Amino acid sequence: MSLPNRKREARGRGASPASANGRSTRLSDMIAAWTLAGPALFLLIVLFFLPVLAVFVIALTDWQFGASTLSFVGLANFEEVFADRGFRASLFNTVAYVAIVVPGTIVLGLGVALLIESGKSFRAFYRAIHFLPYMATLAAMSIAWEALLHPTIGLVNQTLAGLGLPTANWLRDETTVLPVLAAIGIWQNLGFAMVLFLAGLKSIPQDLYYAAEVDGADLWLDRLRTVTLPMLGPVFMFVFIVVALKAFETFDTVHVLTQGGPGHASEMLMFTLYRESFEFFRTGYGAAVTVVFLLIAVALTLFQASFMDKKVHYQ
Amino acid sequence: MMKSMGLSTPSAIVCQALLLCTSAIILLPFVWMGSLSIKPPGEIFRVSFALLPEHFYGIENYSQALTAAPLTRYMVNGLLVCSAILTLQVLVCAPCAYALAKLQFRGRDMLFGLVLIGLLIPHQVLALPLFIFGYQIGILNTYAALILPFIVSPFGIFLFRQFFKAIPDDVVHAARLDGLSEFAIVWRIILPMALPAVIAFSIFSVVGHWNDLFWPLIAVRDQDLMPPSIGIVTFRDAESGSDYGPLMAASVIVIAPLLICFLAAQRYFIEGLTAGGVK
Repeated sequence: MSLPNRKREARGRGASPASANGRSTRLSDMIAAWTLAGPALFLLIVLFFLPVLAVFVIALTDWQFGASTLSFVGLANFEEVFADRGFRASLFNTVAYVAIVVPGTIVLGLGVALLIESGKSFRAFYRAIHFLPYMATLAAMSIAWEALLHPTIGLVNQTLAGLGLPTANWLRDETTVLPVLAAIGIWQNLGFAMVLFLAGLKSIPQDLYYAAEVDGADLWLDRLRTVTLPMLGPVFMFVFIVVALKAFETFDTVHVLTQGGPGHASEMLMFTLYRESFEFFRTGYGAAVTVVFLLIAVALTLFQASFMDKKVHYQ
Repeated sequence: MMKSMGLSTPSAIVCQALLLCTSAIILLPFVWMGSLSIKPPGEIFRVSFALLPEHFYGIENYSQALTAAPLTRYMVNGLLVCSAILTLQVLVCAPCAYALAKLQFRGRDMLFGLVLIGLLIPHQVLALPLFIFGYQIGILNTYAALILPFIVSPFGIFLFRQFFKAIPDDVVHAARLDGLSEFAIVWRIILPMALPAVIAFSIFSVVGHWNDLFWPLIAVRDQDLMPPSIGIVTFRDAESGSDYGPLMAASVIVIAPLLICFLAAQRYFIEGLTAGGVK
């Protein structure tokens, strides 16, 4: 939809009536606008839209990186991907990881936000500390986690042994590796959720709490249940989607700490995408995995968008 | 402040205690990393809970980290790549955002629609085609490969547009009366007025690309071109886990610049990064 320049006033190029040179003004406006927006549009097409198109096309061919010929094979790549036990494990692990990280991040992020908001002192201090992991280089922090989780000299096992509890080789044991990666994921994202919940808590009108008290919500827990949590509804939804998206994209910890192992126990979608596309150069397969990932990401975002539109009427 | 959500003194103490506990857990990897980075090998491999070393070995570890691996090179690469990406992003995104916010032209809504669709696409989706594209034009394993894919940011355009829209049209009209060209208006009037957006976006962009591991891993193979994120992993693999002290020192050096900036400008960081997550 294009809007003509009807509403635009004379632009200070003398007081000539708009009707007299309206056409040329409009043309020069067009030129100015597209000169300003042109580079961005060109780059969006070259760096975003053509590549996305290319992924779909490659996913339908048998092309291998470096090959000079290709032929269309329909959905064969997708059939291969979904028949592959490695990929099924990867998809399952990713979903399990998201299913731990998202609720864990939301519950702990909200908990910390409530604690910070109810206290009076050191708010900025606690907020900064809990936010640190979200901005620190995850590749480097993974190395620190590796040291903590080291089977013999790591602090975690030393502490457990000191308390007389059983120890584990956390990153090499297929029963513990995914929960441990998920714990690191929660550690990293909790500060982000906390900041959004803090903003949400600030925007709850005080009157609602007074009203709740008048209605007999004397206990802190009652007010939490009747006022705070319902009023945070939209924030919950939002944090849910953003953290879920981030969890689906998890790559750094897998690459640095486990390489998907032991076996396929910690292989996740983004790592599969990386390894198939850029280590094994199975281009068609990699493209099919990319399409699966894109569909998940777009579905989540659109779900959020439709939900947020409905929620607007609430406020 | 929040009187109605406020608590009595005993519960307030419990709150503080709980927060101290969670803070300690959050800080643990940072503290442990710092602690190992100043310990000699003998103490690292001995079972102990001591945070501080008996013999301070920081100088040896840090100088080995700086000399054994091309760590300074990684850091310079990171700085170079991040600043090039940010500069180009602002150069490309700000004029486009201005056109979207303040000019009326045929195709504007369609362009904005494209920006919104761009927001939907995670960058990892673009890795495979951009890798092939980079190979065909012969820029893989160069700085250009690290920079080019990011020079247009749908989020940057979107964020700037929102801020630019809030600036009154009269400002633009007055600037035109003064004879400024549209380009001059963007750079000399609008962008300075939208400084909070520029700061937020800069932090979002620099932190994101300093920390990014996925794309650099695909785009470059030479040690000389590696940004800190892969640099540190390469260092770890080369040391094969035996030399913890220098490895931890290197990790501290990699996270230090952002950490220091964060502590100095906490509010801006939190605003910038949450705005980014919100995209």
